[in-house]
Amino acid sequence: MRDWIILVVVSIIAVVLLSAFPEKTGATTAISWQFFIEMIWILPAVMVIIGLFAVFIPNEFIVKYMGKSSGVKGVFLAFFLGTLPTGPLYIAFPMAAALIQKGARISNIIVFLSAWACISIPQELVELQFLGFNFMVARLVLTIIFVTVMGFLIEKMIDWGETKQTKKGVKKRESIVS
Amino acid sequence: MDITTIIINVIAASGLILAFIKNRKKTIQSLKIAGKSFLKILPMMLIIIVAVGLLLGFIPPNQIATFVGEQSGISGVLLIGAIGAILFIPALISFPLAASLLESGASVAAAAAFITTLTMIGIITLPLEIKELGKKIALLRNGLSLVIAIIIALIMGAIL
Repeated sequence: MRDWIILVVVSIIAVVLLSAFPEKTGATTAISWQFFIEMIWILPAVMVIIGLFAVFIPNEFIVKYMGKSSGVKGVFLAFFLGTLPTGPLYIAFPMAAALIQKGARISNIIVFLSAWACISIPQELVELQFLGFNFMVARLVLTIIFVTVMGFLIEKMIDWGETKQTKKGVKKRESIVS
Repeated sequence: MDITTIIINVIAASGLILAFIKNRKKTIQSLKIAGKSFLKILPMMLIIIVAVGLLLGFIPPNQIATFVGEQSGISGVLLIGAIGAILFIPALISFPLAASLLESGASVAAAAAFITTLTMIGIITLPLEIKELGKKIALLRNGLSLVIAIIIALIMGAIL
């Protein structure tokens, strides 16, 4: 519900801005429309895939291959899944959310999202073409290394946060009891 | 319609057909989940559409390329990183854009920072990310992505 309100607010801001700068209206509407079309073609399909995924793929499968104890295998799988598509990143968010719900570990999700964002085979070919071999290889290797590190770091930080919460909760209960 | 869209639709359609053959009831359940998720996401998507139109309509990407090309040094890298974080451009386009940055005189580090921040961080899509993955993951991921984007950029600047 709140989102719809924000939508109205943003639309009002748009109308105000465009009234102040009417010459931008053409470009703005064209871009928004183009983006809308792109989205309308891809979003329903993605939602269907997620729906199928949620119902048909058993949790145990995800937990085994991408969960806490999946180790290096999980990281590779996360990378692999992330490099497959070339779509925009925001499509990956619901997929990542579904994976987390099924039991994938956070570090693998971070790896998955990051790989989706800036690594994919066709993309690397374009990068090779425009920026050269050295640039492409350097960025690829460095990104893989640092993204994996970041994945583990974020997972650690979230775990610490949650352990602190649990400890606080336990302390509170102890003081009430005694 | 580009190839990604076609592939995703083919996957969705074939998945749906296979699922229907295998288990009708579960398939209908999947569709219900799909529909609900779609409605949940819809307002946020519309917001992003309006925001992107405004952003790119008022600040066309080629203007950005010229502006960014003139920045240099570490502050240049940071500035470009910030711009990349805010912008919302398909990753595929980011490479030719980065190439034109290099031509306009930007450093290798700047171009690398631009690509990484452009693709991995999204200020405009942040609300959606928070909604799907939770505040902690979303903020940590975007924040740390910025940090590693700069680290990667500086390393590349040093070795290339």
